[in-house]
Amino acid sequence: MAVVNKKGLLFVLILLAIIFPLIVPNQYYIHILTLAFIWTIAVYGLNLLSGYTGYLSLAHAGFFAIGAYSLGLLTVKVELNYWLAFMLSPIITCIIGVMIGLIALRTKEHFFAIYTLCVGYIIYLIIDKWDSLTGGVRGLIGIPAPADIGFISLSTPLSQYYFVFIILLLVIFTVYRIVHSLTGRSFTAIRNSEPLAQSLGISPMRNKLTSFVLSTFYAGLAGALYASFIRFIGPEIAYTTITFDLLTYMIVGGIGTLSGPLIGTLLIVWLSQNLQFLQDYRMLIFGPLLTLIIIFAPGGISGTFLQWRARRKEKQRINMTTMKKQA
Amino acid sequence: MDIFIQQLFNGLTIGSVYSLVALGLTLVYGILHIPNFAHGALYMLGGYVTLTMMVYLGVNYWISILISIITIGILSVLMDRLVFHPLRKSTPIQHKVAAIGMLLFLEALAQLIWGADYRQMPTPYGQVIQFADVTLTVQRLIIVVAAIAVMILLYLFLKKTFMGASILAMAQNREGASLVGINTNKVAVITFFIAGTLAAIGASLTSPINLVFPGMGHLVILKAFVIIIIGGMGSIPGAILGGYILGFSESIGATYISSDYKDIIAFVLLIVILSIKPQGIFAKGGV
Amino acid sequence: MYFETRELSKEFGGLTAVKEVDFAIEKGKINAIIGPNGAGKSTFFNLITGLHRPSSGEVFFKDQEISHLSSNKIAELGIARTFQTTNLFERATVFDNVIVGHRLRTKTNLLDAILRTKRCKQEEEQCKEKAWEVLQATGLTHVATKIVTNISQEEKKRVAIALALATDPEVLFLDEPTAGINPDETNGLAGLITELAQMGITICLIEHKMKMIMQMADKIMVLNYGEKIAEGAPEEINKNEEVIRAYLGGEASA
Repeated sequence: MAVVNKKGLLFVLILLAIIFPLIVPNQYYIHILTLAFIWTIAVYGLNLLSGYTGYLSLAHAGFFAIGAYSLGLLTVKVELNYWLAFMLSPIITCIIGVMIGLIALRTKEHFFAIYTLCVGYIIYLIIDKWDSLTGGVRGLIGIPAPADIGFISLSTPLSQYYFVFIILLLVIFTVYRIVHSLTGRSFTAIRNSEPLAQSLGISPMRNKLTSFVLSTFYAGLAGALYASFIRFIGPEIAYTTITFDLLTYMIVGGIGTLSGPLIGTLLIVWLSQNLQFLQDYRMLIFGPLLTLIIIFAPGGISGTFLQWRARRKEKQRINMTTMKKQA
Repeated sequence: MDIFIQQLFNGLTIGSVYSLVALGLTLVYGILHIPNFAHGALYMLGGYVTLTMMVYLGVNYWISILISIITIGILSVLMDRLVFHPLRKSTPIQHKVAAIGMLLFLEALAQLIWGADYRQMPTPYGQVIQFADVTLTVQRLIIVVAAIAVMILLYLFLKKTFMGASILAMAQNREGASLVGINTNKVAVITFFIAGTLAAIGASLTSPINLVFPGMGHLVILKAFVIIIIGGMGSIPGAILGGYILGFSESIGATYISSDYKDIIAFVLLIVILSIKPQGIFAKGGV
Repeated sequence: MYFETRELSKEFGGLTAVKEVDFAIEKGKINAIIGPNGAGKSTFFNLITGLHRPSSGEVFFKDQEISHLSSNKIAELGIARTFQTTNLFERATVFDNVIVGHRLRTKTNLLDAILRTKRCKQEEEQCKEKAWEVLQATGLTHVATKIVTNISQEEKKRVAIALALATDPEVLFLDEPTAGINPDETNGLAGLITELAQMGITICLIEHKMKMIMQMADKIMVLNYGEKIAEGAPEEINKNEEVIRAYLGGEASA
């Protein structure tokens, strides 16, 4: 029953996303939604590491920027074929991710957060200061849109919307498979208690590194999409502001849940649109929101709902058994 | 050679400020094991309060600093009571996220009140002293002297008063402290107050030679974290020493290596250290 | 020798927590380690199961030196353990908690997971079967679908044991399996431990409850201030003067 509902809901959501541009043929909204999908992909990466494995990385915007700059530099400066560059970008991000992860993951908890915060800052600083490579503060312009695939053109906002949407579906699908697999269970075991997981024969380093590199992969992928969608990138995409934005999306939606990143990102992006008069001051609302959620509902929207449902099911079952006993 | 001495003095100035900020951070970490990411926002607000008092209300520099100290101290205590205290039994991730939420809020608040512009704080001590071939402004001299005075006061407070001893005891052993009847809530409040105070002093002292803007706490707080990891999380002498070491390496690095990358020195230092010793230097051994 | 430690020592910053302990665990028996609080029992466990590196000395399992191995490698050899605090995932069901216990016997990797290969499905099935099997063995099938938060302390202790059993161990180390549990439930757990030994699993446990240990253990080692002060059958330990003195002294100072 529940499975049918879940599948039905999923189907309706996908359908909604497909027909959205047809009912709301507003270029601006399509643009915003495409961008939100891109952020969502990055948040899925962050969630895999922080939510499922328990390691809060504050370098996520840095990896997002590495993906974006990889694509930008490969297409603009190396003039590589677009699709080749598009595939190489997340891979380059992963390679840098492996190198950083190997060292960063030797630290734990607060040390890991501070370490990654510093790594993020170094990435920002390098992009900002390495003028000859990255264009420094002026940024990188003239990044091409996704190249046509055969006769399918990917240069219009509408086609880009669908393109990003398909990638997002793939991302959610792979994350779904991963977190429900034995590998995903190993991640959660580590989040729960690293010594216990290790005593069960789960190698912490190998699993943490897998999770870390996966998270950088999704960040790099999102970055590459961002670069070819916005077609201009500057060092600010590596700054902690972006990391904290992504963190907010994740916490509001529900850390360590499958639907959390999607719900959180769409909700906050939508709210930001409606609170446009706030502009730079939106953190006046989202900052305290973040703090309040983490104090009163640390599971976010998704986690709180799931917990409520689990509790209700449990109660129903207890009622059923007592009724049976009475009968 | 003169350049070198000049840079040493500059290092001493920057280092003094770093030490003050790192001291607050390390005190809070020592008793509550919370890395307070919002500490940089307190620093930033400390700068703004002093600036406002001086520029808009025409208050004397030192009285402005005093008002800033009290305001930020209270704000810091509020942060503990409203955010960290309710979270005392939560997971480490929750502490960090809550602190980040506070940071984002306070920065947006500062931007709302004072705008995003960079502001210059006037100083009544703009005079320049020529000392052989080394030039120094009185303001810089004040920073160094005042910082050292504050550190001595803090030392006396921690060593000579009952409250100070309680803070040190709680930093040593939390459960033990509450067992021997130390009021841990009171200690937390006092510690947060002192931490806020130190941040306000640091910002107020340095603002006349730097600029005041909403993001001014970012780099300082990151560097303060680096300092307390180098000096040992929770260690008081470590924070002071670490602050000066970083101050010197930066001002000398800026002259002899590259001024573009001087801000990176701290982080490279940290990465090297944590790569070799993942628990930080001076981590308590064993478990 | 099946499992033994030779002059095993551990120092923490100048303090000796475990000092030159020689101890042999007998195959298929219930071996117990007792001693006053702070005698180094848990540290001794952590040394054997690879959580801490010994300062000196060796640990042998079936003639292989294992003290340099990481605890996940040690688990693969068939040595499982529980902790004093159960550390379960409170928001998941009992069944979900136990599945991961068999992970170390599977080979599924990330690619298998994403592509959901045949191996992936088979091994997931295998882990689920194993989970049922150990839940049956520990008498937990009736709470299998319950969320861990909602089960009793005693049941949590059983889940922790089930999780360890899911790794297919030859030897099972239990760190105070009955701490914080009422006397009736303690008897139930003692029964479970005896059953496990009868199934052929070698047991080694730390306990405080003397009466229970004297009844069930085949062999006892007594630690005091990190040193072994006695080793033998329960009757011998009962009569040992040094043991009596250590316990009396421990109680007097507590």
